[in-house]
Amino acid sequence: MTDGEHVVEDKSHFTGVWVFLEGRKHILRDVSIQLIGEGRRIADRRGAPLTGILPGHGVENLARQAIGYGLDRVIVVEHPILEIYRSRPYAKVMASLIRRHKPEIVLFGASKNGRDLGGRLHAVLETGLAADCVKFDLDEEGNLDMIRPSFGGKSLAHILCKRHRPQMASARRNVFLPPHNDPNRTGEIVHEDVDVSEKDVDATLLEFQEFTREGGLRPEEARIVVSGGYGLMDGKNFAMLQELADLLGGAVAASRKAVDSGWMPKEFQVGQTGMTVRPKVYFAIGISGAVQHLAGMQESEKIVAINNDPKAAIFEIADYGIVGDLFQIVPEFVRQIRERKATKAVPMPVAAR
Amino acid sequence: MGPRPLRIIVCIKQVPKAQELQVDPKTQTLKRVGVPSEINPPDANALELALQIKDRRSAEVIVISMGPTVFDESLERGVGMGADRAVLLTDRILGGSDTVPTAYALSETIKKIGDFDMILCGEETTDASTGHVGPGIAGHLDIPQITYISEIQIEDDSVRARRTAEDGTEWWETTMPCVLTVNFGCTKPREPTLLGKIRVKRAGVIVHWSCADVGIDPNKVGLKNSPTIVAKVDTVHLPPRARKVFHGDAKDAVAKLLDALLEDGVIAL
Repeated sequence: MTDGEHVVEDKSHFTGVWVFLEGRKHILRDVSIQLIGEGRRIADRRGAPLTGILPGHGVENLARQAIGYGLDRVIVVEHPILEIYRSRPYAKVMASLIRRHKPEIVLFGASKNGRDLGGRLHAVLETGLAADCVKFDLDEEGNLDMIRPSFGGKSLAHILCKRHRPQMASARRNVFLPPHNDPNRTGEIVHEDVDVSEKDVDATLLEFQEFTREGGLRPEEARIVVSGGYGLMDGKNFAMLQELADLLGGAVAASRKAVDSGWMPKEFQVGQTGMTVRPKVYFAIGISGAVQHLAGMQESEKIVAINNDPKAAIFEIADYGIVGDLFQIVPEFVRQIRERKATKAVPMPVAAR
Repeated sequence: MGPRPLRIIVCIKQVPKAQELQVDPKTQTLKRVGVPSEINPPDANALELALQIKDRRSAEVIVISMGPTVFDESLERGVGMGADRAVLLTDRILGGSDTVPTAYALSETIKKIGDFDMILCGEETTDASTGHVGPGIAGHLDIPQITYISEIQIEDDSVRARRTAEDGTEWWETTMPCVLTVNFGCTKPREPTLLGKIRVKRAGVIVHWSCADVGIDPNKVGLKNSPTIVAKVDTVHLPPRARKVFHGDAKDAVAKLLDALLEDGVIAL
């Protein structure tokens, strides 16, 4: 240690694992539930309690839900201005609680709000924050090994925060499996006060327009995702993918090139700067398979690629594929699925047809 | 007299061109040497958004970056596109900085420039992809932040921005000065103009500052003052995939694919 080095508070004072909880419409967000499961595993290995942090307004019910997923304790901070996520008040609440209780580890969902919060907070607290982790472990000294994809998922970087506390990380959605909910599990719900008031509100939410779509299914939640890329050549051709998705009970998504071309809205983008999906089946149609795209879908259980370029990188990670013209293949695929569905259905008497 | 000129600072990073990155099949590591660089694409989207504001009203756009002098390449491009001037914070002691010292050093540089109204950053970089520096700058400067935005409206001293959240679009209103982080792909960055390229050569348009010039505490930057370290990097070995690929006539290939999917229980009808 050099002389000029910043003196960091003795890290042995810091104990316990925290997860930042996000709710929406009175239910916990899936990323928070997934995080509780992973937090539980780390807390058990550290022999430490697992605490959920829940700033909000009227969130007692959410706190109880969260305990059912495996928390020992929830710290609730109630205030009307915390009803929706706001950067400054939430960062203030988290910084105050962290300084008060000194947790060893603080985990956030790598949601938009989780990254917005973590980014501000780590600068204020001057401690380490690893983004978008997909795996956690402990090193031989008990430091949290925060493992995250780098370069579009071609490699995994192990991030350590050895001297600073708390060790903070955000975890990618849909990577950790949700734990079982036990409604009979008991845990403590603690209400704490943090000095936040109207004067901390430096931004106002004027309008919120929820994403809606006929068919309704979001790609992150669907078991089958039908995704289109630059090979679709035009936005109107996504109707063809929607038809296939509807037949299979799936959702439509898109690559960045398709989104950049204005064919699909950004909120359907899979990949490094879009969402991560891990469906049962991912259909990559007219998608070449750039590393940034693979980062968002390579953990899908099965991958089906349709592309006219036999050398496309997508075939390297495909379980199934067809090399050919998607404008012939997709309609044919739809037709044959319909045909098989029809023959599978109980045949109706001829007279009734 | 029109409104006073806005001072918009755009933070950019120079990154290797992502599509050029490839894994060396022999060493299983990323080949970085000789890979061409570019302005981090979301930062280019942010710069374009700033220039669009300047197209509409009186504004000064200043591009800043932190890194080695090869980053001049990106600052030159930024000025070529229409930024008024550029500052490169460049100093050996900054090497190895993670997002904590980076946010600190950039916020000190922004303070040194002074009188800023708006700070724009890309939502994240394509090489490190943390998205932590923009909010970190806002935290250091203790000013409002709105992240993941794709549209800006300015009225007097207030800023409205359209933010993309997971489940919908939000319109936020805040006051200046503020930090806004800009969605990847929300604008089409303009090409440098001839006039812009000529301006690059003019004295004082692109300047280099050291930590001492800015007043940055050397004990708060660099590798040894970064809370995080990259302990090691593993190459990802994905589980092998079956790669059952069918060719030929569409009707025939589809029938084979459908048979395989149904037999293997991948889909059910």
